[in-house]
Amino acid sequence: MTVILEAVKLSRSFRLPRTGFGKERAMRLALVDVDLQVNQGARLGIVGESGSGKTTLARLLLGLDTPTAGFVKFRNEPLVGQDMYQFRRDVQVVFQDPRSSLNPRMSVENIIREPLECLNVPGDQTARIDEVLTAVGLSLDLRHRFAHELSGGQRQRVAIARALAPHPKVLIADEPVSALDVLVRDEILGLLAGLTDNLGLTLILISHDLSVIARLCEDVVVMQNGVIAERGKTADVFQFPQHEFTKKLIAAVPRLPSNS
Amino acid sequence: MLLEVRNLTIRFGSTTVVDDVSFDVDAGERLGIIGESGSGKTLTSLAVIGLLPDVANISGSIKFNGQELTDLKDRELSSIRGKHIGMVFQEPLTALNPLMRVGKQIAQPLRNHQGMSLKEGMKRAIALCERVGLPDPDRIVRSFPHQLSGGQRQRIGLAIALACSPALLIADEPTTALDVTVQKEVLKLMNDLVSQEGSALIFVSHDLPVVSSMTERVAVMQHGNIVELASVDALFANATNDYSKMLIRTAQLSDDSFARFTTGSAQ
Repeated sequence: MTVILEAVKLSRSFRLPRTGFGKERAMRLALVDVDLQVNQGARLGIVGESGSGKTTLARLLLGLDTPTAGFVKFRNEPLVGQDMYQFRRDVQVVFQDPRSSLNPRMSVENIIREPLECLNVPGDQTARIDEVLTAVGLSLDLRHRFAHELSGGQRQRVAIARALAPHPKVLIADEPVSALDVLVRDEILGLLAGLTDNLGLTLILISHDLSVIARLCEDVVVMQNGVIAERGKTADVFQFPQHEFTKKLIAAVPRLPSNS
Repeated sequence: MLLEVRNLTIRFGSTTVVDDVSFDVDAGERLGIIGESGSGKTLTSLAVIGLLPDVANISGSIKFNGQELTDLKDRELSSIRGKHIGMVFQEPLTALNPLMRVGKQIAQPLRNHQGMSLKEGMKRAIALCERVGLPDPDRIVRSFPHQLSGGQRQRIGLAIALACSPALLIADEPTTALDVTVQKEVLKLMNDLVSQEGSALIFVSHDLPVVSSMTERVAVMQHGNIVELASVDALFANATNDYSKMLIRTAQLSDDSFARFTTGSAQ
């Protein structure tokens, strides 16, 4: 299997605000020496509590943030120096809250057209917009609507359609269903599973909820305090968790009375 | 009967958002209200505590300890709110006052309802912080909400709601904004405290596994109606409504895929 996206000794630290006059600004190590390889076509889950560094890792992998040490490799080449237009076309993202990630002053059509335009994607734009709207199961009549006129599930579908528009190879989804109702959550997870299978996408799914990871991902990485606590096949990690923190996460998933 | 809701209907202008809803909660009993966003579960719980906006048009009856709440003026309601009925909200960051230290916020219901002085109230606030499992309560009571984590803030919310040992606690999606690990801790805490106090509980959520772990009876709401009201066991055994069945099926699907992984039958 070929490695498509790779993190090499990736670290990121932030300077915290001053706590008092004349005091030093403390450093916060958000990510420490993280090595990660993502195979082409794989579905990888990244799980951890808030503050464990999941989103920092995602931002670095997307090239939205600069690491303090280490680097990101895409197709075996360091990210720095690559054609960023090509990289952005190949690696796309879906954020947690579609309410804040969709421009409220743009229609659905223009939201999806935006990446096609600013990333110089060749081909007929209108045809591509129809194509991705159909792929995420939205009616073409919605193209002139604005984000506030859509339900939460529809909004997240628009966010996914926008990400799919430039024909990406890798999709990074950062807590894509945390803001959604259970039934809608199930639909969106089903959609993501179908899309990755049909389009041969590589999926990196970030969540604090192990049951979401269990639905979609063959591989899982458990993060805690900026380091990878445990990694492996989802089935192995869930069945024989080695790390205390993984055990705690597994015990925390709400279960039905009949199965617990 | 502690709480009797009869034919509760809530309208905003010409839109009916809660339609002819009736349910009872006995002293010490726990009722779950489950439904998707927009099904009217939050409005129903807000109506009980009299926090609906003025433009809402309410009809029907809400009786608490035999007293009709819908007729009461705001001032009279204030003597019940926080004292006999406590409420925990979904997002503790917006539910807490950002400009007031949390100790003072916990002391507020005690000062209003039990005539405590600020000093006594603060002493009780420290004790309450300890009770909701917050480390270093002396420091916590002097913090502002933004200095605390989400889980800590929700514990403060619980401390405020339970300060006067209310007969009824209403929790509206209390853990939806929290991580799963923190959610588990907060749910366990709420479970323990409600048992110790002997309070009744109305637990509102869209998450069936969470509701079924906290309550004995569940009301399923859809489009402003209660479409099914049954004990948790009966609901799982033989749900009759299509929407309830779908909720159960979805929860079971997710639970099964998780169980397959944890028990290893996936291999």
